Amino acid sequence: MSNLVSIDDISREEILDLIERARYFEEHPNHKVLDGKVVATLFFEPSTRTRLSFETAVNRLGGRVIGFSDAGTTSTSKGETLKDTIKMVSNYVDLIIMRHYLEGAARYATEVTDTPIINAGDGANQHPSQTMLDLYSISKTQGKLNDLTITMVGDLKYGRTVHSLLMAMRYFNPTFNFVACDELRMPKEYKDFCDANGIKYTEHTEFSEEVINQTDILYMTRVQRERFTDIMEYEKVKNLYTLHNDMLANSKPNLRVLHPLPRVNEIDRDVDDNPKAYYFDQARNGLFARQAIICKALGIDIYKENN
Amino acid sequence: MTDKPKKELAVAALASGTVIDHIPSSQLFKCAKILGIESLDTHVTIGNNLDSHRLGKKGIIKVADVFFPEETLNRIALIAPSANINIIKDYVVTEKHQVELPDNIVGIVRCGNPKCITNNEPMKTRFEVVDRNDVTIKCHYCGQVVKSGDALID
Repeated sequence: MSNLVSIDDISREEILDLIERARYFEEHPNHKVLDGKVVATLFFEPSTRTRLSFETAVNRLGGRVIGFSDAGTTSTSKGETLKDTIKMVSNYVDLIIMRHYLEGAARYATEVTDTPIINAGDGANQHPSQTMLDLYSISKTQGKLNDLTITMVGDLKYGRTVHSLLMAMRYFNPTFNFVACDELRMPKEYKDFCDANGIKYTEHTEFSEEVINQTDILYMTRVQRERFTDIMEYEKVKNLYTLHNDMLANSKPNLRVLHPLPRVNEIDRDVDDNPKAYYFDQARNGLFARQAIICKALGIDIYKENN
Repeated sequence: MTDKPKKELAVAALASGTVIDHIPSSQLFKCAKILGIESLDTHVTIGNNLDSHRLGKKGIIKVADVFFPEETLNRIALIAPSANINIIKDYVVTEKHQVELPDNIVGIVRCGNPKCITNNEPMKTRFEVVDRNDVTIKCHYCGQVVKSGDALID
């Protein structure tokens, strides 16, 4: 039994193992290894996309789901502590998948129960299953994780997914291009992280074809109005980091466009039909990545039990 | 003791107890808080803005008849890594050493992130030291990093 709280907790071997398992589930999506198991999905903060993905994963594995999708309907609204809620639910289930608006909530939950915990997002802190599905998508489309050039575009300051992906890629000798306006640049601590781990990176304020054309993975993120202190600044930059189909004209044949979704206008609709657009398949990979994570958390040997 | 008027402070001659010396002046009262000086009933002398070769201005805390657990003293390293501990028994300094920063700091420091679970749940905080040289610590729960000199002490 093990927890998954942060992508930083898992080793290179574990990442590769999870990718293998995800690949296996893509071939066998209805592999019923959770027969007789009950899984709780505790969503103290609503997140329909993530919850549906996890619940589908449990259902396809043959397990059952209990839980809630909004803390407003639970005793949290009566002032129950997280500790008490977790302890209570632990009595009923084999695994807890939780999302919380407070940062560090999942880590704390692991300290109050022996039931394995999977973090489905804790505030702006960690969202490891998103990172696993990104890694699986990269591995699947590129045939490898090593030596890739990854260009991250948009909100690099607050974007939790880009930070986690950056840190998880440290094992695989990546080259990063960071494309963002001044206000949303990659924070210093992550650039320090790159330096400390010998990861090459360049920074750009212009989203140019020159950068796109050397890229293997183009990771787009949403630029949100509320991130700007100066609304004029937002108006000025909001269309500068939008990907249009013609910008991909001379890109590498293996390039794929990723986006954690939901998208607003940072990827023009005209990109959707380009075979290099991968964001919808990426979301589908989330199902397989989550099946892999769930089985690992429960210590289930999926290969052995497949007969 | 003679009748001759003393020019030195009487506290210089601590018969028995603990002296915490070389505290940066700005951190003196935080140190007093960590040690729980407020609730002690033995003689306590606190000096601040004294001249120091090393620090410019320093603070000092002398506590009679109390010997703090090493763990408590080491928590001072969080905000005053330069602090010195002198253990005095029968007017003689029997032990003198610098405070040593523990790997984990449980309790004491409050996380500066209002959205951290530790600020919203009745629980103890926990920080890990990420850089001993400039005493940077990281919240075990939300990951927020703070220079410990700027840390909020409970």
